[in-house]
Amino acid sequence: MTWLMESADYLAVVLRLVLSAAILLTVMPLTIYLERKGSAFIQGRPGPNRAALFGVFRMGGLAHVLADVIKLVSKEDIIPAGVNRFYFKLAPIIVAFIPLTTFMIVPIADVIRLSDTFATPMATLQLDGGLLWFFAMTSLSVYGVVFAGWASNSKFSLLGGIRSTAQLLSYEIPMALAVVAMMLTYGTVQPNEMVRAQGELLWGFLPQWGIFLQPLGFILFITCAFAEINRVPFDLAEGEAELVAGYHTEYSGMRFGLFFMAEYMALVTSGALTVTMFLGGWQLPWLPTERLVADAGTLMPWFIGGAGLLLGAASGRLIRHYQEYTRGRWGDARDFEPLVFSALFALGFIAHGAAAGWVWGVVKAGEALPGWLPPLFAAGVQISVFTAKLLFLCWCFVWVRWTLPRFRYDQVMDLGWKSLLPLSLFNLLLTGVLMLQPWGREVLPVAPVVTLGLMWVWKRYLVPSQARVPATSRLVVGEEASA
Amino acid sequence: MNASLFALLCTLALAVIVPGVLILAIERLGPRRKVAAKGLPYEAGIQRTVGSSRERFSVKFYLVAILFILFDVEAVFLFPWAASFRELGVRGLVEMGTFIAVLFFGYFYVLGRGALRWE
Repeated sequence: MTWLMESADYLAVVLRLVLSAAILLTVMPLTIYLERKGSAFIQGRPGPNRAALFGVFRMGGLAHVLADVIKLVSKEDIIPAGVNRFYFKLAPIIVAFIPLTTFMIVPIADVIRLSDTFATPMATLQLDGGLLWFFAMTSLSVYGVVFAGWASNSKFSLLGGIRSTAQLLSYEIPMALAVVAMMLTYGTVQPNEMVRAQGELLWGFLPQWGIFLQPLGFILFITCAFAEINRVPFDLAEGEAELVAGYHTEYSGMRFGLFFMAEYMALVTSGALTVTMFLGGWQLPWLPTERLVADAGTLMPWFIGGAGLLLGAASGRLIRHYQEYTRGRWGDARDFEPLVFSALFALGFIAHGAAAGWVWGVVKAGEALPGWLPPLFAAGVQISVFTAKLLFLCWCFVWVRWTLPRFRYDQVMDLGWKSLLPLSLFNLLLTGVLMLQPWGREVLPVAPVVTLGLMWVWKRYLVPSQARVPATSRLVVGEEASA
Repeated sequence: MNASLFALLCTLALAVIVPGVLILAIERLGPRRKVAAKGLPYEAGIQRTVGSSRERFSVKFYLVAILFILFDVEAVFLFPWAASFRELGVRGLVEMGTFIAVLFFGYFYVLGRGALRWE
């Protein structure tokens, strides 16, 4: 019997690895899709809508993501002369390796207790170090960038690589300090414990999410996350007006594709960590796991029925789309694409309705649900909640990218070293002081008020007025310039 | 072998296999036509690039690297404190506060010497 229990543990490891990887590798293309459609939406154009599977299924542009992969894989694999081949080939693998390993510490649901003897946590990696794994791995991404820049034998690559390295290094420190403050707040380094703690209520009604307890820490962390994944407004490493494509200028085909994929996987991973630490992870507000499991009989019809209604609404909307837009538009199979998906959603609607009705019937008859169902239901709800939060955050990353302009390099470095670093150190000390008083987390939201007040005093009275306006930022125009 | 070590090995294997398969795909599937011009480093269409590509770069990047080491080591000292924050209590906080204050001195020294000025 013992070996059976042990092999169940190993099976659980494989299953949750597959589940985590599935979430990462589906949210990643979805984010690429969001990016292309989102930028189109913001710029007032239709965005990708031409590629079609079998000439029929365009899926609103989603087929483009698939077409991109096929295109990148079938391109010529050019390795320029004079590159350092080993490091040139190693760099994209390192860059893609890191988000794949980092994502695996993120808990996608609470511990599932299937029976008294068998329980499995829902983050693939169970390490004593917890979040330290995240730092260990993200620091490695510098190597990919340095290798790519140095080995490429191109000036643009080298400059991009060096800029990127300096930027990654500068923002790693405030990021680490922001996370240390979160560790103090929740008193643990284990991500799942952190998420559990976020289910408690602040002042009796607000969930203790990191964003409410540590708004300043949230801003620090997400700013550093933007810088760490080299995204606008901090994408100096690949500012195309200056450096062509930065450290991956010389890469083509799928080798470039790996950098591209890795960028979006890193985005999803940063998003997942932000969700875990600041947005309550898998927590559904006011419904902790225990409640979800205990009240599964009454909650399940509502949740499953609700999901079914959403599918039904989507199905109806697609029929409307057919009637208003695609009927008779091309005169071939493409006209009926919305109807096919409408039928699929309708099937989902029926299946959800049947499941909800069955549970309702069982509970109504006064019978007990099978013992494995409530924990799996709780896990399913939590995975959905986590994925929804993650997608929302990914959209925020896209939104920022297409809204803000790019910073100048000296501004990026100044922001990192002169604002974020002292702020994060101060935030850390203040969190330490506030966490030692007897009311604990209840008074923690005071911290940003104190910080902002002190910052104002600092800017107003302590920094000499001459230093406030650096000479270089004064605009020289007209007579002054000619004089 | 316990389950968490097994999970670590599985994760590392996955993280090598996913990019590995894609790299293998392009090495096997892509066309291959050797043209000398494809091997040139990109430099906005200039045929003969000037000088070596491994150029000298500003010393400021070196300073950033050194400062990163200093401050990151400091962050490393903070991790164990954060992990056992409650056990260490006020005494731990005061000691860590002193440590951070000393570091702030260093930080202001660096600022004053202009090591972080990018112009």
